[in-house]
Amino acid sequence: MGAGHSHALYIHEHSPIHRMAPEAKLVAAFAVVTAVAVTPRQALWAFGLYAFGVAGLVAAARVPPRFLALRLLAIAPFVLFAFFIPFIAGGDTTEIGGVSLSVDGLWGMWNILAKATLGASVSIILTATTEIAEIIRGLGVLRVPAIFTAIATFMIRYLELIVDELGRMRVAMAARGYDPRWLSQARPIASAAGALFVRSYERGERVHAAMLSRGFTGTMPALDHRAARPREWGAVALIATCAAVISALALISS
Amino acid sequence: MCRRDIGIGSDLIMSARVVVSGLQFAYPDGRVALRGVDLEVEAGERVAVLGPNGAGKTTLALHLNGIQQPDAGSVSVGGLPVTEEHLPEIRRRVGLVFQDSNDQLFMPNVGEDVAFGPANLGFSGLELEQRVTDALAAVGGGDLISRPSHHLSGGERRRAALATVLAMEPDVLVFDEPSSDLDGAGRRELVATLAPLEMTQLIITHDLPLALELCPRAVIMRHGRVVADGATRGLFLDANLMAENRLELPFGFKLETTPKR
Repeated sequence: MGAGHSHALYIHEHSPIHRMAPEAKLVAAFAVVTAVAVTPRQALWAFGLYAFGVAGLVAAARVPPRFLALRLLAIAPFVLFAFFIPFIAGGDTTEIGGVSLSVDGLWGMWNILAKATLGASVSIILTATTEIAEIIRGLGVLRVPAIFTAIATFMIRYLELIVDELGRMRVAMAARGYDPRWLSQARPIASAAGALFVRSYERGERVHAAMLSRGFTGTMPALDHRAARPREWGAVALIATCAAVISALALISS
Repeated sequence: MCRRDIGIGSDLIMSARVVVSGLQFAYPDGRVALRGVDLEVEAGERVAVLGPNGAGKTTLALHLNGIQQPDAGSVSVGGLPVTEEHLPEIRRRVGLVFQDSNDQLFMPNVGEDVAFGPANLGFSGLELEQRVTDALAAVGGGDLISRPSHHLSGGERRRAALATVLAMEPDVLVFDEPSSDLDGAGRRELVATLAPLEMTQLIITHDLPLALELCPRAVIMRHGRVVADGATRGLFLDANLMAENRLELPFGFKLETTPKR
């Protein structure tokens, strides 16, 4: 995965947004995404303001535009689908470049395009400025049940080991001339998956034994971390209020 | 029990006597792992546990802090029997260092992993921080504190795993194959880290030079029993005993020329 000691989505920087407590960032991201989602599609000015705000956050987080653009490609499949809507939707039509397109469909396309891009940009800013472990910790602070955060923590900790193990198995197969081209050759892959499952299960048992050995009694201990400062919650409130005001004005004016 | 100051932190570290008697255990699938193990280890003593694969060494280790409950027989640590009601205190007293350090390092980074044990013991705030710093300092790994566990080298992982256990300030340390995944320098660093620790230590290992270097006394296990118990050097000199238990010194290793400890 990522270079150095971080995940691939993370950008090692020291921006004010990097320094913010993860729970504050999570709340702000959730507020902005919600506001964007409920904004009526005709309120072009509102989307313009959102885009301006998001661009400001990207600059503040020192996320390179190229990185943002590459990461945004993840939403391409959805956006591609949106491009078909003007051709297949019904209702009034308009002619653009000699092609008859549905007006309603064009709005639908715009709706998906604008909201998906803004929403994805916000989550890219979040993950580019926050380590995964920090995000999970933030979720814990926001009262997500400990069982979910613990599962997520272990998943992330051991995923790389499992992927490594899979890689070694593939090398071992290739070393003995395995070169699957046909479905009938899929059997070794299935048995490798089975072996991987059993090994992971056994590791789970050993990890549990290691946890019990250090006094684990069923609840993860709460480790001290810096709590979000009032100033950070202030920044969150500012961002959330701006987003809420824009969406409210858009809703009223539509 | 005796109290000693091992020099990490200001706390006095205790070392405890371990008594195992008539220990029997079979896994749920019917495989018998221990057929009556008797072993006494004095407080502060360092003992190597040797023997072929499948002799029951790891199973014995899992009984020392009550991860496995015996079918018959008993274990006591510092006079306290290893039973259900004493498990929290037993697990504080007995630190198990597992064979695969990846099993031991399950938190996102080394600092949180080292804090896991003492936090379970109820420590928090500055006291907890102090424990983490002390434990990492004791293994020479102060710089590891914020490193994610999956990007450590073999030697660093081994030291971090040891720190997670030292942070509990145990009276007894139990190692399962501590040198198995280390390179030459990592192995030497391990010896240097373990040698000054004065708590009782049981070191399960196939690495006979390591046993000779660290442990004045060794026991040999086979088929779930202790079949030999004595001075490490003396056991190694008994060619028949060694052959019977599939124990071999590395090529070119001369017992006569190794310094006596």
